[in-house]
Amino acid sequence: MGKLNKYILYTAGPVISIILSLAIGGVLIVLIGQNPIEIYLKLFGETLGNTYGIGQVLFKATPLILTGLSVAFAFRAGLFNIGAEGQLTIGAFASAWVGFTFVSLPWIILIPLCVLAGFLAGAFWAGIAGYLKARFGSHEVINTIMLNFIALAVVSYLVNNIYLVPATIHTPEISPNAVLLRFDVITGLFKGSPFNLSFIIALAACFVMYFIIQKTPFGYRIKTLGYNANAAEYAKMNVKKLTVSAMAIAGGFAGLGGLNFVNGYKHYFELGFSENAGYVGIAVALIARNNPFAIIIVAVFFGILEYGGLTVNTLVPKEIVTILQGIIILMIITFTKIFDKKINIKKA
Amino acid sequence: MTDQFAVKMNDITKTFGEDFKANDSIDFNVKAGEIHALVGENGAGKSTLMNILYGMYHPDEGAISINGNGVSIHSPAEAIKLGIGMVHQHFMLVSTLSVLENIILGDEVTGAFDTIDMKRCRQKVKQILNSFDISIDLEEITGRLPVGIQQKIEILKLLYRNADILILDEPTAVLTPQETDELFKTLMELKYEGKTIILITHKLGEVLAVSDTVTVLRKGKVTGVLETSKTNKAELAELIIGEKLIQADTKTSHPTKKIILEVSGLTVKNERSFRAVRDVSFVISAGEILGIAGVEGNGQTELIEAISGLRKIESGSIKINGNAITGKTEIAHIPANRHKHGMVAEYTLSENILLGRDNEKQFSTGMLLKKTALDSFTSSLITEYDIRPQDHNALIAGLSGGNQQKLVAAREMTKQTDVIVISHPARGLDIKAANFVYKTILEESKKGKAILLVSSDLGELLKLSDHIAVMYNGKFTAILDAKQTNKREIGEYMLGVKDK
Repeated sequence: MGKLNKYILYTAGPVISIILSLAIGGVLIVLIGQNPIEIYLKLFGETLGNTYGIGQVLFKATPLILTGLSVAFAFRAGLFNIGAEGQLTIGAFASAWVGFTFVSLPWIILIPLCVLAGFLAGAFWAGIAGYLKARFGSHEVINTIMLNFIALAVVSYLVNNIYLVPATIHTPEISPNAVLLRFDVITGLFKGSPFNLSFIIALAACFVMYFIIQKTPFGYRIKTLGYNANAAEYAKMNVKKLTVSAMAIAGGFAGLGGLNFVNGYKHYFELGFSENAGYVGIAVALIARNNPFAIIIVAVFFGILEYGGLTVNTLVPKEIVTILQGIIILMIITFTKIFDKKINIKKA
Repeated sequence: MTDQFAVKMNDITKTFGEDFKANDSIDFNVKAGEIHALVGENGAGKSTLMNILYGMYHPDEGAISINGNGVSIHSPAEAIKLGIGMVHQHFMLVSTLSVLENIILGDEVTGAFDTIDMKRCRQKVKQILNSFDISIDLEEITGRLPVGIQQKIEILKLLYRNADILILDEPTAVLTPQETDELFKTLMELKYEGKTIILITHKLGEVLAVSDTVTVLRKGKVTGVLETSKTNKAELAELIIGEKLIQADTKTSHPTKKIILEVSGLTVKNERSFRAVRDVSFVISAGEILGIAGVEGNGQTELIEAISGLRKIESGSIKINGNAITGKTEIAHIPANRHKHGMVAEYTLSENILLGRDNEKQFSTGMLLKKTALDSFTSSLITEYDIRPQDHNALIAGLSGGNQQKLVAAREMTKQTDVIVISHPARGLDIKAANFVYKTILEESKKGKAILLVSSDLGELLKLSDHIAVMYNGKFTAILDAKQTNKREIGEYMLGVKDK
C-alpha cells in the first residue's frame, strides 16, 4: 500500500467523525429551537473568519499543544500520564513565582528563567509519579491522578495564604520584564487577542519532542520501552531511569503550558486558569496518535471549539459545544479503530 | 480404516493481495480414521489451507466436502458443527480457570435459569477421559500445568465438542521429547477410536513416526502425496525444499585450552525466590560449544539470564576472560522467545539491529543516532544472512519467523564479544532457515568464541555441541562428551533417573 493511501486512511477517521459529530450537534441545536446552519456559520465565521478570531483560537490552542505533547511523550514510553493538569498547574505557578519574585532582573534573563521554572516544576511533579512507578511499581495512572489533587491543593494554599493580592484570587503581577509579548503588540495583527509568544515555545516543544524521539538514542530507548518493555530489559536498558526521565520530560512539557496564561495573558497566576487543559490534552494526544505535529492541528481544532463556543454563547448554551467536543472524541476513537482494521487488513 | 474420505479439498486457490497465491490449485484428501501429515516450509501454504478448512478464510476457488457432503465453511463455529476442530500453536486457554472450566468454556451444559450444571459437565468430560484413556486432574488450575498437559486440554476441548477431524498445528514445537512421546500415544489412541487427525509439522522424524499419509506443499502447490511407509526423510526433504537436502554441518573443530567463560558456585533465585540454579560450576573455552539439555523449567532460563546479565546472582561468580561480569558487560544473547525479548514488532529491520547496541560508537554519538551508518550496516547484514525482504526499512513484523530469527542472530553474532548465549536457536524455523542458523553458530565457534547453547531439541545439541550438560532441579547432573553420548542417555539424566 502506498504511503499516501495510508495517510488518507489515517485522516479519514477523524474527518468523518467531525462531520458526523457536527450533524449530531445540529440535531441538538434544532431541539433547542435554533438553526444549526446559522450557528455553525457563526461559530466558524467568528473563529476563522477574522484575525482576531484566529488569534483567540491559537491562544486557546497553545496550552493544549503542550499538555498534548506531555501525554504523548509519556505514552511513547508506554506510560499513561493523566497528570498533565497538575503538572501544568505547578509549572504555571512556578513561572509566576519567578516572575513576581525576581522583578529586578532584565528580560533576557528573567524570561528564560520563567520558562525554565515552568519546565522544571512540571518535570519535578511528574518525576515523582515516575519515581513511584519505577521504585515501587505503583501504577502511574493512580500516581498522576493523586498528584493532580495535591498540586491543586498546594498551589491553592500558596495563593490563598501567602501570595494573595487582597480581594482577588490571584498572585501579584509579574515583572514587565517577564512578559511574553502578544502578537498584536509585535505585528499589529490579531488585534485585541491574547495570542502571544508562548505559542512559539509550544511549536518549539513539538520539534524538541520530534527530535528526541526520532533522532536520539534516548528517544530510541523510550520508544523501545513503550513498544516492548521486555525487549527493553533484554537490551539492558535502564528501565527505571527511563521511566523517571520520560515522565519528567512529559511533565516539563505540561509545565510550560502555564506561560501562555501567566506570562502571555494575565501576568499573574490565578486559580482555575487552566480550564482543564491538562485533561483535554489527553484527548489531543489520543486523536493525534502521539505525533507531535499532528498535535498542533488537533490542538488548534480544539481551540476552534473552545473559542467558538464562546462566540455562539448568546444563542445556544455553551454546554452544546462541550457536548460536541465529547461526541467528536468518542467518534474519532471509534472510527480510527475501524480504519485501523482496514489498514491492518491491507498490510496482511 | 475405511477408504472413505473425511476431508476432500479440491482445486483450492487462495490469493492474498494482488498476486500472492498462498494456495494454488491444491488437492488435499484425508481418509477417515488416518493420521495425515501436512508438511512444508514456513510460507508453503499449510496454515492457509488449514485456515480455509477451519473456516477462517474463504477460498477464491475450489470445493470442500466433509464425509462426502459438499460444504461451504464460513467460520470456525461452522467448522466445529461439521466436526472439525483445530489446536493452534498458541494455546487459547484461560490460565486462571480450572482444567474442567477450560474444557467446557463456551459450550457449557446448562440447567435451570441458564446456570452451569457443573455435575453434568464433569460427567460428560469424565466419559471422554475414559473412552480415550486420558488421565488428567480436572480441578487443577490450568496455568500451573506444564505445556504438554495444556495441549491435552486443547485436544479435550475439541473432543468435548464432538470433533471427528482434529487439526494440530505444529503441536510438538513447544514439547519436550517425553511430552512428544506422550502426545503421539494420545494421537494413536484417538486414531484407534476412529478420529481423523491432520498434523501440520515440519519435523520429518515425527511425520515418519506417527502418520499414515503425507501431503507435501511447496510455494502454495502440492509437490507430493505419499504413503508414509513407502517414503523416507531424504525423499520428503527434497519434496519440501525443492532440492536435495544439504546435511547440516556438525561440529568438527576443537576447542582450545584458553578459558573464556568461567562460572563457579553459581546460585540464582527466580521470581518466587526459589533457588532455580544451585551451585553450578563450569568453564567454556575459546572455540567450545557447551550444550545444555533439560526438561523446561529446571533452571536453564535463570542460568542464561544470569550469564547475560539480566538476573541478579545470589552467590558464586561469573567471569569472562578473568573479569567478573557487571550489568554493563556486553554479551551476545539470542533469546528463546524472539517475539517477547529479541525484537520490537513495530520497528524496522534497522531499528531492530539497534536493539541493545544503541550505545555503540558506530551507531551513536551519544547525543545523536547515526542513521546512515545503521542503515548501511543493516543492509550488509541483510545480504550476508540472506534476510528477506532485502529492505532495511521494512517492518520486522512482516517477516517470516525464520527471517526474524536470522536478523536476531545477525545482530547478536556481530557484537564485539567473546561469549554468545543462545537458547532454542531454531524453534519454529523450517529446515533451511534452521540449517543456516546452525552454520552461523559453528562459524562463530571457529572464530574462537565461547558458546553456551540451551535447547530442547537433543538432535540439535548433539550436532552442535562439544559437551552437553544436563540440568535437573537447578543442578548439572552430568557433563557428557557430545561425541560419546546419545539421546537416550541424555533423556535419563533429564528425568533425574540417572545421576552422577
